[in-house]
Amino acid sequence: MKLRNRIALAAIAGTLAAPLSLAHEVWLLPSSTVLSNTGYVTVDGAVSNDTFHFNYRPLRITDNLVITAPDGSEVMPENLQPGRLRTVFDAHLEQSGTYRLAVINAGVMAMWKEGDERKRWRGPRADFAASVPADAHELSVRETAGRIETFVTVGSPTDIRPSGEGLEMLPVTHPNDLYAGEAATFMFALDGQPAAGVRLAILPGGARYRDALDRTELVTDAHGRVTVTWPAPGMYYLSASITDTAASLGGADRRASYTVTLEVLPQ
Amino acid sequence: MKRIAPTLLCALLPGLAAAAELRVEVELPRIEVSDYRRPYVAAWLERPDNSVAARLALWYDLRMRDDEGKTWLKDLRQWWRRIGRDITVPVDGMTSATRNPGTHALTFTSGSAPLGMLAAGEYRLVVEAAREHGGREVVSVPLQWPPTQASRLDADGERELGRIAVELIP
Repeated sequence: MKLRNRIALAAIAGTLAAPLSLAHEVWLLPSSTVLSNTGYVTVDGAVSNDTFHFNYRPLRITDNLVITAPDGSEVMPENLQPGRLRTVFDAHLEQSGTYRLAVINAGVMAMWKEGDERKRWRGPRADFAASVPADAHELSVRETAGRIETFVTVGSPTDIRPSGEGLEMLPVTHPNDLYAGEAATFMFALDGQPAAGVRLAILPGGARYRDALDRTELVTDAHGRVTVTWPAPGMYYLSASITDTAASLGGADRRASYTVTLEVLPQ
Repeated sequence: MKRIAPTLLCALLPGLAAAAELRVEVELPRIEVSDYRRPYVAAWLERPDNSVAARLALWYDLRMRDDEGKTWLKDLRQWWRRIGRDITVPVDGMTSATRNPGTHALTFTSGSAPLGMLAAGEYRLVVEAAREHGGREVVSVPLQWPPTQASRLDADGERELGRIAVELIP
């Protein structure tokens, strides 16, 4: 029984860790990012090793998908369907403005010893104090916060409210207003505060049809900002991560990661 | 002398001058495909900094059920970005039905909608077309406004648009 538990936990840990690993890309890919009428978009979510091609695993979407409407209300996904290689859902966009679609993974993993016995706990940060003894021996704590998101606008782009949690990208240039040949500026924030020195990578989709990945690496400036000039239209995958101890439990490492799918249009 | 006086007055006070005209001919080429749909077409005037000076015309499918035609307005990408996403269609005097292949003439008069009064300076007339199961094309013609003498300018599209001819009449 104990063994089975441990295997199950390891399996869960593996799945949760997958979005953070550098080996794979995790993304949400909407059918449209710009709409002139209210209606539906359909979204694919996958973990892949080829940007925007579903060729590895579906994105694990359980109760961690949050679709925020322009007025701040939450939209429930429809027809959520995990497949072998991708997860699919529909979102009914009934208002004008910008929708934020995000898969948010946050949790704490703790390991400690009670006598000779190795203990392990994984769960939400809020349950940590109640679940892990404060005086545990050889306690090691790892905290993760991940956000995988994309944006869809009906009509004119509207403001995107920061969540204030984990690592996120805040628009200076609106993410649904990106054009080839133009520069876009984004601000990265960690727990709502500008995050300097965040390393991020940008990958254009369609790598399957070219020889080079064309990966661009950038680092945020003192104000948490980066500026990108889009070389060509297409879908782009942007990922960033940062490790800190400031906001975590007992000074443990926290790894905050962020990925976003952006569409760049031709002029 | 009596006949010259009003002319002089007009020259001194351009606001009172006879209304200048902007005439535009938009050629929609005949495209030989089995599934031809008439293109959505938009025309507007913009300043060198891309800001919109006048929204001139929008031809789209007004007759579809449930305003379904609006769904495809975003495919006029530049028009959508510059104008479409900030307005509610239809707009009187600007929107009308899609048109058949051929040459279509539009005349705009200064002081009247939709051209209105424009500050003197450089502008671009922009015509954009997008066609279902087809392509998209933008053609622009730089011009000076108001015109000091009658002139004719043109530019040619390559796929979705034919000749865009602009006639400026002081």
